[in-house]
Amino acid sequence: MSQPEGASRGRALAAAAPLGGWRAVFNRWLILPAAAIGALVIGAVIIAAMGANPLTGYHALISGAFGGSYQLASTAVKAVPLLLVGVGICISFRANVLNIGGEGQLVMGGLASAATALVLPNLPGFVLIPLVLLAGAAGGAIWGAIPGAFKAYRGVNEVLSTIMLNLVAVQLMNYLLAGPMIDRTESFAVVGRIPQTRLLSPNSWLPIIVPGTQLHLGVVIAVLVAVAAWVLLRQTGFGFRIRAVGLSTDAASYAGMAVKRTTMLALTLSGAMCGLAGAMLVFGSISHRMVTDGSLTGFTGSDGYYGIVVALFAGLSPLWTILSAFLFGGLLVGGVSMGIALNVPYSSDLVTTIVGLIVCFVVALDAVRRRSGLPAGAAGPASVRELLTRGWLRRDDARATAVAQAASGQGAAEQPVPGQASPEPAAAADQAGEAQP
Amino acid sequence: MSHFFTAAVLSATIASGIALGAPLLLAALGETVGQRSGVLNLGVDGIMLLAAFGAYLVALRTGSIGWGVLVALAIGVVMGLITAFINVTIGAEQGISGIGIYIAALGLSGLLFERYVGTPTPITNSRGPFVAVHIPLLDRIPYLGTMLFKQNILVYAALLLVPALTYVLHHTTYGMNVHAAGENPAAADSLGVSVTRVRYTAVIFGSTMAGLAGASLLILDGIFQENLTQGAGFIAVALVYFGGWRPAGVALGALLYGLTGSVILTWKTLGIIPLSLSDLAATAPAVIVVLALLFLVGRYRQPAALGKPYRRQ
Repeated sequence: MSQPEGASRGRALAAAAPLGGWRAVFNRWLILPAAAIGALVIGAVIIAAMGANPLTGYHALISGAFGGSYQLASTAVKAVPLLLVGVGICISFRANVLNIGGEGQLVMGGLASAATALVLPNLPGFVLIPLVLLAGAAGGAIWGAIPGAFKAYRGVNEVLSTIMLNLVAVQLMNYLLAGPMIDRTESFAVVGRIPQTRLLSPNSWLPIIVPGTQLHLGVVIAVLVAVAAWVLLRQTGFGFRIRAVGLSTDAASYAGMAVKRTTMLALTLSGAMCGLAGAMLVFGSISHRMVTDGSLTGFTGSDGYYGIVVALFAGLSPLWTILSAFLFGGLLVGGVSMGIALNVPYSSDLVTTIVGLIVCFVVALDAVRRRSGLPAGAAGPASVRELLTRGWLRRDDARATAVAQAASGQGAAEQPVPGQASPEPAAAADQAGEAQP
Repeated sequence: MSHFFTAAVLSATIASGIALGAPLLLAALGETVGQRSGVLNLGVDGIMLLAAFGAYLVALRTGSIGWGVLVALAIGVVMGLITAFINVTIGAEQGISGIGIYIAALGLSGLLFERYVGTPTPITNSRGPFVAVHIPLLDRIPYLGTMLFKQNILVYAALLLVPALTYVLHHTTYGMNVHAAGENPAAADSLGVSVTRVRYTAVIFGSTMAGLAGASLLILDGIFQENLTQGAGFIAVALVYFGGWRPAGVALGALLYGLTGSVILTWKTLGIIPLSLSDLAATAPAVIVVLALLFLVGRYRQPAALGKPYRRQ
C-alpha cells in the first residue's frame, strides 16, 4: 500500500504514535482476547451463581461449536447472517454512520426475498436463487436508504431513525405474515393460522454443499461478499470517499467529495448487506418458511445487534469479520449445547449476557488503548461520530487521515507548531483525487 | 368513527395515552439530564429491563409493589454507576458501550427471570397508590378528572418532574454546571467545576429514572416477560432529540407517542381498525416520531460535548 509522503502524513502518524515494548504488543494483539476472557470469566461467575459448573458448561460450548464436522458446519451456517450484517456495519461505521437498524433491514430483506419466491415459485433454481438474494438485498437497501437520506439531506440522527425503523419493520412483518403472505393452505386450527408463509419453492432453497450437514451455499456467498467489501473499502474511489467522509465530513467536503451522497450510499449499502443476511435466514432455514412470533428477535435472533459486535471485534475490517463472525457463530451455536449440558433453560440468555459483556469490555479496553497511545495534548475528536468510530480505524487509514487533516487544517490545530501554515487546500484536493482510480 | 368521538371514550383514551407515555417520559427526562451533561446513554432499555425484573421479583415475593419500586430505583443507581464508570472514567465510545449494556442487561434479565420465576405470574396490584391516586375535588371535574387526576402515582411523578427539571436545569447552580459540562467541559473545569462529578451525578440520575420507568412499565403491564420493554428505552432516547434537550419538549414527545398508541388501541377495540390491520397500525407511533424528527431536526442544537469523554490536558 502506498502512502503519501510529507508533513501531513507525519502529523497523522504522530497522532497515533504506537507505544514500545510489551504494552504495544498487548494493545495491538491482546486487547480483544482479554475482553473475551473477561466476559467469559463473568459468565462463569454467573453460571456458578446459578448452581451449575462453569467448566462443564464451557467445555460443552466449545465442543458443541467446533467439536466435529457437523458442529463446524452449524457454526458456519450461524455465522452467515452475522458476517453479512458485520460487513454492512464495517461499511457504514467506516463512513461514521452508526447503523443500528440491522434488525429492521434483516426483516425487510427477508420479507422481500420471501415475497419474490412466493410470486415466482416456478423459475429454475439458477435464476430464482440469485433473484431472491437480490430481492433481499434490495429490501434491506431500501430500509437503509430511508434513514440514509434523512441523515444526509435533513440531518436526522441515524441512530434514532434506524431504531425507529426497526420498530416499524417488525410490525410490518407481523402484518404481512399474518395477512397477505400467510400460508392459506393450512386449515384453521382452534387458535387460527400460524403467521408464516407457505413452504417456499424448493427451487429457491440454498443448496447444501456438504451432504449430511446444514452447510449451504450461503456460506460461500457471504465470504465472497466480505472479500468484495474489503476490496471496495481498500481499493476503490468509493471506498476511499467512505473512509474520508468517516474521518471528517468537513475535510471530505473541502476536498470536493459528495459527502451527502456518500453518507446515503454507505447506509444504503449497509442495509443491502443486512437485507441479504435476511434472505439467507429465510432460504437457509430448516423450515424453508418465513415465520414470526410477533417479536423482532423471533426472526432475526438479534443478528442485527450481534453483527455490530462482530464488526467491532474485527476492528471494522471486512476480512477479520469473517473470523469474528465464525467465532461468534460458535458462541451462539455452542450456547445451545451448553444449555443442554447444564440442563438449564436459560442458556440463550446466558450467551446474550456474555455477548453484551464482551462489547462492554472491548469498548472499555479500546478506550484505554487509545488513550495510552495518544501523546498528551492531542486534541479530542472533532465530532461525536468521529469519536464513536475513530478508535476502531486501523493503520491503513493513515492516508485518509492525512488528506482529511491537510484539507481542513486540523492537523496544524492538533499539533501546534509555531509559524507553520496550514497546507494548501489545492494540494489536499489533489491527493484526494489521485487516490481515486 | 362516531363511537370514538364521544366525550367518555375520548377522555378514557387520553387518560390511557398519558399512562402509556409516563414510562417513556420518566426515562426520557433522565436521559435528557445525562445528555445535557455530555453523556449519551444508549443502555436505557437494558436498565429498564433489569429494573422491571427486580421490581417484579420483589413484588412477587413480598406482595408489595412499593418495595419493588424501591428495588428498581436501587438497580437504576447501580447501573448508573457502571455506565458512568465505563463512559466517564474510562472514556469509552458511548454509542457502543450503551449497546453492550443493553445486550448484557437484556440477557441477564431474561436469565434471572427463567432462573427465579420461570412461569409468568401476574403481580397483585388491585389497590393502592400504584393503581390510582384520586386527587380530591379535581378528580370530580367532568372528563378532565378522568384524564389527569385518577392516574397512578408514577404518572404524577413523571408529569411533576417536567417543571421541576426545567427549574433545576435552568435556574440552579447544578443545572448550570450540567450545561457547562455538556457544552464546554474544559471551561467548566477551569472554573473549578468537577466535570467528572457532574457527569456521574447526571448519568446516575438518568439511570435511576430509567429504573423507575422500568417499574412503571411493569405496573402498567402487571406482569414481566422477556424483553418486556420492546424497545421503549430506545424510544425514550429518541424523544430526547425530539424534545430538543428541553424537558417540556420531551414531555410533548412522550405524550404524543403515548396518545398515538392509545388512540390505536381504542380504534382497535371499537373495530375502526380491522384486526388484520392492527399490526400495521401499531407502526404509527414510530412513524410519527421519525416524521417529526424529519421536520423538527435542526431547530435545536445538541450539547456540543455530547458523546465526548473529557480529559484534563
